[in-house]
Amino acid sequence: MSSPRDSSTRDLAPSPLRTAGSFLLSRVQQIGIFIALVVIILLFQGLTGGRLLTAGNVANIIVQNSYILILAIGMVMIIIAGHIDLSVGSVAAFVGAATGVMVVQWGWPWWLGIVVGIVLGAVVGAWQGFWVAVVGIPAFIVTLAGMLIFRGLTQITLSNTQITPFPTEYRQLGGGYLFPELFPASTSPAEWITVGLGVLTLVLFVGSQLRGRAKRVKLGVEAEPAWWFWTRTGFGALLIVLVTFLLGIAEGSRGTPVVLIVLGALIVIYTVVMQRTRFGRHIYAVGGNRHAADLSGIRSKRIDFMLFVNMGILAALAGIVFTGRLNSAGPGAGNLFELDAIAAAFIGGAAVQGGIGTVVGAITGGLIMGVLNNGMSLMGVSTDYQQFIKGMVLLLAVAFDVYNKRRSRSLG
Amino acid sequence: MTAILEMRGITKEFPGVKALADVNLTVERGEVHAICGENGAGKSTLMKVLSGVYPHGTYGGEIVFEAEPVEFRSITDSEHKGIVIIHQELALSPHLSLAENIFLGNEIVGRGGLIDWHATNTEAQRLLARVGLGDNPAVRANEVGVGKQQLVEIAKALSKDVKLLILDEPTAALNDEDSAHLLDLIRHLKGQGITSIIISHKLNEIKAIADKVTVIRDGRTIETLVTDEVSEDRIIKGMVGRDLESRYPERQVRIGEEVFRIEDWRVHHPTESGRVVIDGANLSVRAGEVVGIAGLMGAGRTELAMSIFGRSYGSHITGTAYLHGKSVDVRTVPAAISAGLAYATEDRKRYGLNLIEDIKRNISAAALDKLVGRVLVDGEREILVAEEYRRSMRIKTPSVNAVVGKLSGGNQQKVVLSKWLFTDPEVLILDEPTRGIDVGAKYEIYTIINTLVADGKAVIVISSELPELLGICDRIYTISEGRVTGEFPIAEATPEALMQRMTQEKEADHVLAP
Repeated sequence: MSSPRDSSTRDLAPSPLRTAGSFLLSRVQQIGIFIALVVIILLFQGLTGGRLLTAGNVANIIVQNSYILILAIGMVMIIIAGHIDLSVGSVAAFVGAATGVMVVQWGWPWWLGIVVGIVLGAVVGAWQGFWVAVVGIPAFIVTLAGMLIFRGLTQITLSNTQITPFPTEYRQLGGGYLFPELFPASTSPAEWITVGLGVLTLVLFVGSQLRGRAKRVKLGVEAEPAWWFWTRTGFGALLIVLVTFLLGIAEGSRGTPVVLIVLGALIVIYTVVMQRTRFGRHIYAVGGNRHAADLSGIRSKRIDFMLFVNMGILAALAGIVFTGRLNSAGPGAGNLFELDAIAAAFIGGAAVQGGIGTVVGAITGGLIMGVLNNGMSLMGVSTDYQQFIKGMVLLLAVAFDVYNKRRSRSLG
Repeated sequence: MTAILEMRGITKEFPGVKALADVNLTVERGEVHAICGENGAGKSTLMKVLSGVYPHGTYGGEIVFEAEPVEFRSITDSEHKGIVIIHQELALSPHLSLAENIFLGNEIVGRGGLIDWHATNTEAQRLLARVGLGDNPAVRANEVGVGKQQLVEIAKALSKDVKLLILDEPTAALNDEDSAHLLDLIRHLKGQGITSIIISHKLNEIKAIADKVTVIRDGRTIETLVTDEVSEDRIIKGMVGRDLESRYPERQVRIGEEVFRIEDWRVHHPTESGRVVIDGANLSVRAGEVVGIAGLMGAGRTELAMSIFGRSYGSHITGTAYLHGKSVDVRTVPAAISAGLAYATEDRKRYGLNLIEDIKRNISAAALDKLVGRVLVDGEREILVAEEYRRSMRIKTPSVNAVVGKLSGGNQQKVVLSKWLFTDPEVLILDEPTRGIDVGAKYEIYTIINTLVADGKAVIVISSELPELLGICDRIYTISEGRVTGEFPIAEATPEALMQRMTQEKEADHVLAP
């Protein structure tokens, strides 16, 4: 006996390959960015004759871009809510300068400097949040003013000079590797810490994916085809293995950069915040339709305020990482960081009008920029060309996004 | 007299909706011709066909203007022939001067391609004088009141050598004095040979100014009447006279105790704090009861509902809200929601839904707390909840992960209702719950309303469609100009009686005899 469903499957259902194709097409917006990153990595791996994916260079890419990636996390959240923050570079510089004064000039303990620096970032964020949420001035204006105000305060704090050198402990956050003093590079057990961390990450990642799928299947709400689940999980696992290999096992590896641990923790925490907490979900609701959010009982102004406080904290952290890496706090630090962070968020699929974007997308967008920079530098492309190419990438990435949205709208 | 305009067999279809079906309209030269009909009857669509907003080819039928068939491709085409439409929403640019507004898009250009400001200002002054305004043409548009802005619009029309002036609800936003002045002006222009078409709900206005009135209902011309020969009730009959058979599902009425009541509710305009929008409204709703609010556009229906729901509209709101006889705090939206109120907006795209988000997250948006464990949102339970509403509301979608913006109007409305049901409300205020959705989906929405009241919830329905209110309500309030002008148990409610109270103006407190 054949039900109507059977016959329709026989007559009309597309081949499995076609269904897979249309599934991928429906996700192209989310997947496209990862494919782009892989393509760019492979491209430069080829163009540089394999110099891109070496132990030293991968660690370099991570460390060099860490502060932009930290900023990109806060930035994508602000952009999802429909705002923008132009001040993060200045705020990062200001906090870096302030911690410099505290730790270097006043001789405070390094950890106290970091803690007070982050509190200072929160205060700066609250200041900007006040103007945006309470007074109702567009964030573009508030943070444009903030960009000038905090750049000015940076220069005042530093009296236009550099503060250097910072204590070794302080510098770990920006440029350190896990326990080099315990395991000098020559004896190589640093590898085992890295490999151990890699295995732990792998187990946690695959485990959480499997548990989530098992729960969804049990409740009968799994929407993802099995093959895609495995492709996705496999890809993630492969990435973890590759990074672990390059940082811990490959020739010339120096172990795990401290900042990678920080960054990894931030990515996990903020992804959970955005997807599974009230705060995160309210950000999407406010960005998607502020009126509807207000009428659903969401306090959109409180969300705006919290977002800027959060951005201030992340900008402070980025400032501390950057100062640590350079071992100096300077009046020009953090210049144009805001634009890199904004570009990362948009390349990573955030929508200009708000409501759409992910933390992982912004990180991927930031890495695309980072790999482009690094790859072109390895090839000896001069910085003027680098600027040009980065600009084109930003433009094309957003154009691709706009095109996709229009296409999906016409389908719907 | 000869006809200046003839529209013959005009038909206009939108995807899935026939907005106009074989409409005929003849307007004589030099007359004031009123067009009336309920909201959604097709009045505005007809005027958009006439003025070229819907270009030739997108509608059926023919238009003859000044004895010559015309095929307008844009508003510019129709204006070129002397047909000017003044829309309900004023289109003045607030930061430009009156003179600049009058000649916007039609600037007086002198030698060298530069604007001749002297000519612009003197000509503007002359035009303003023609509409009875002595204002300086250099004053900015936002510095004059709404009534004057309306007159400036007409001056702008005069600058274009208007032969046929179309006014869409010209007095909707005006006070009595400004309205009277505007009607005088239309009469005055008639004396100068300008023909006018006026779209209005206000029957006393139509009686006062129009020579003829054409009644449109459900996209068809019903009749053209000579206004001096008919009563207002005769016009009302033409507007509402449709059969009310089984478009509404049956319901067992079981009404309980009073759930919600507002007393002496008074709301001022959000920016013009001198203007009273809702004036001392009292109303109540009981468990298991569907209460209707009938009012014409601009009467204050939505403003009343939104001011109750967490003061989402208005300023200087006074009055008391009672839930089960005890005064209740509804001053913020979260407070209103936790008190058990829900408000499903008339404009679901702008105020009701996050169109770029999926169904499940829209449904959970107003009561996300119910899905939160200690810290985290239970995403799996969220899907289950959404699936349940998808079943019970019969939301037609392949998946609850589908983006809401892609659903049809009826299904979007079901998502809005699901969102509010998930907040476990006691009182649901549904503002135009069936606007813009097809007949089949309307029936489903009525069925959902019936289920709600069967569960003992109290439902307030705001609607511009009288048949809808008569079909689903147990009691109907009428409001007009921000005041509750009547309360009808369903047995006593007739379209004529409601329409009388809905068009009742402040001064005209006497009951218009049937």
